[in-house]
Amino acid sequence: MIITAGKRGFQELNAEIREKLESVDKIRIEEVNGQRYIGTALDSGKTLELHGTPGNDMGAYLNGGTIEVFGNGQEAIGNTMGGGSVTIHGHVGDTLGYAMRDGEIFVEKRAGSRAGIHMKEFENMQPSIVIGGVAGAFLGEYMAGGILVVMGLNNDFNQPVVGAHCATGMHGGRIFIRGDVPLENISENITAIKELSEKDKSDLEKCIKAYSGRFGADFKNIMSVPFTKLVPASSRPYANLYTPN
Amino acid sequence: MMNYMVPEFEVERNMNRCVSCGACVRQCSYEVHYFDKDGKTVLSDETKCVACHRCAVICPTHAIKIKDYDMAYKTHANWTPLVQKEILRQAETGGVLLSGMSNNKPYPIYWDKMLLNASQVTNPSIDPLREPMEIRTFLGHKPDELEFNADGTLKTVMSPLIQLETPIMFSAMSFGSISFNAQKSLAMAAKELGTLFNTGEGGLHPGLNDYKDCAVVQVASGRFGVHKQYLESGRFIEIKIGQGAKPGIGGHLPGEKVTVEVSNARMIPEGSDAISPAPHHDIYSIEDLRQLIWSLKEATEYKKPVAVKIAAVHNCSAIVSGVARAGADIIVIDGFRGGTGAAPTRIRDNVGIPIELALAAVDKRLRDESIRNSVSLVASGSFRNSADIVKAVALGADAVYVASAPLVAMGCHMCQQCQTGKCNWGIATQRPELVKRLDTEIMYPRVVNLINAWNHEIKEMLGGMGLNSIDSLRGNRLMLRGIGLNEKELEILGISHAGE
Repeated sequence: MIITAGKRGFQELNAEIREKLESVDKIRIEEVNGQRYIGTALDSGKTLELHGTPGNDMGAYLNGGTIEVFGNGQEAIGNTMGGGSVTIHGHVGDTLGYAMRDGEIFVEKRAGSRAGIHMKEFENMQPSIVIGGVAGAFLGEYMAGGILVVMGLNNDFNQPVVGAHCATGMHGGRIFIRGDVPLENISENITAIKELSEKDKSDLEKCIKAYSGRFGADFKNIMSVPFTKLVPASSRPYANLYTPN
Repeated sequence: MMNYMVPEFEVERNMNRCVSCGACVRQCSYEVHYFDKDGKTVLSDETKCVACHRCAVICPTHAIKIKDYDMAYKTHANWTPLVQKEILRQAETGGVLLSGMSNNKPYPIYWDKMLLNASQVTNPSIDPLREPMEIRTFLGHKPDELEFNADGTLKTVMSPLIQLETPIMFSAMSFGSISFNAQKSLAMAAKELGTLFNTGEGGLHPGLNDYKDCAVVQVASGRFGVHKQYLESGRFIEIKIGQGAKPGIGGHLPGEKVTVEVSNARMIPEGSDAISPAPHHDIYSIEDLRQLIWSLKEATEYKKPVAVKIAAVHNCSAIVSGVARAGADIIVIDGFRGGTGAAPTRIRDNVGIPIELALAAVDKRLRDESIRNSVSLVASGSFRNSADIVKAVALGADAVYVASAPLVAMGCHMCQQCQTGKCNWGIATQRPELVKRLDTEIMYPRVVNLINAWNHEIKEMLGGMGLNSIDSLRGNRLMLRGIGLNEKELEILGISHAGE
């Protein structure tokens, strides 16, 4: 089924999407022009294929559904996402995957500031974000779980692979960075590890394979450059902050 | 190690009454009481006492009294014993002082400086025992005007409204900050009373599924336990921006309190710190808040009102105006006397403003801008009795949130040690042996009793003013007079002085 978003407002468009999804499992939406909240709380088994530029909060509270964007994304994609899959064939704005608890997000190119802030994990819920290009400041701030991968591919402007204040307040999860890590941008409470464990390697390879499959990238070429793992030096960074009064 | 401090309290045990039954030894989680080596004589280490009164209440012979430790200090109005004690605590640990409960400093309480009106002769008072008295309250966005079809049916599409049988709701206290039994008692009471309890940022415990129709589900900066089913569970969704007890800072549930059950409700690993950042990192402006409000409305298909809770701060009337325009259906304003499971002492005691002034300023601002109807206002922090609530409604509140008062009904003695997780009353703790002391079947009727008593008192006060509906009191400041207030205070409260 095909829907045209055109110049319609988000309420009308999203109401139509919800209505159509009652009878079909997949919709292709054309001429997307910044409409917000597309695919909010989309359930498992439902797929949206977007052509154009979806607006903010795409796939917020995603509930197992699948969204693929042929174009760039804007801010707060996958906000508080609870599961499912988001793929963006382009760049994305700020606050990617804020507080996501499960599912996967693949960004072909660059991500703005605050990607993966407060990602968390729970039991078998292990969220992952894979960013092909560089990422902005505050990557993985307050990160409490899951996997963040940043590769810095096609770095035409020669930017640092991650921006300033990377992993500030991180207290769980793993960040994998390909190539040179700009240590001056990494929070001081973080340990950078060059030797990856077998589990790290297999988890990372799974992410890179999925990325390569989606965007036609060369898996071997990506893996030919070593990755560094960032983990919090302590899982209780604020354990001794307080005095009972 | 010597800590340079004298005890705060003195435990006085009347040895003529003490039968050495050991109840106090078993009851005190702070380990104040213990048996001497002879296994018979009960002794007390009063340095550990927090004056929660559990031992004194439970003692079958009333042998125990907790007293202030009577210690003379050279008189100094500035360097009081408390000031010195706090310095000593920080000198020992280098830590940020952390307190529980609520601001305990003697700031003005404006509820006690406002008086209510009553009818005499010209407008007869009403007896609620014999005549209908309406305190049913609706919360949500109300339209500017109503349109009707030719056949008389309503054409205007109404926003979802929440019907409450009392203007009193139970404010946010997460499972984690309080025990499951305490939260369940509130849920049970809410169901019986026709009102709502609030999950706080702790997720909805599966054991409360039967009570989800009287739950408010909260979305705070940590987004703990937030998922589609959770959002769909609650009667309304509350975005927590701020809290009166700790405006401007986030929350931090230490790993020790993240038990298996707490971790399941919050959907985080057991024993991990649950850190709620100070801001929502997807909200840096009113426009961003609008985005979160509408994403929640989209996620719940416009079936749930969305509330925004902010702390009462200096510029709150302008902020509330922005929040109303951002699409909130309900706005909660939490005053600086509001409670908390834990807050840095300095913030608890020094940041924010009284709810009385904030509420009056906000209500006026929204009226001046002709947008008061677009939102319901809920006031909180803190209401000690029904008269406080009646005065709040007259200042413009649609409803109020209470939390400390029902906790007192369940046994809280305001020892202000919620942050320790050792609550002997089974309220602010996750320790199973303490939680089981709070029996929901015994406690929830006490909360119901309290609110029913307040409901009746509210009706009496309304009737006395010649009003038969709480709607007639809402924002009706003519029913208030100030006592002992200066011109500026009267101006902000929008009331005349007594005698005028």
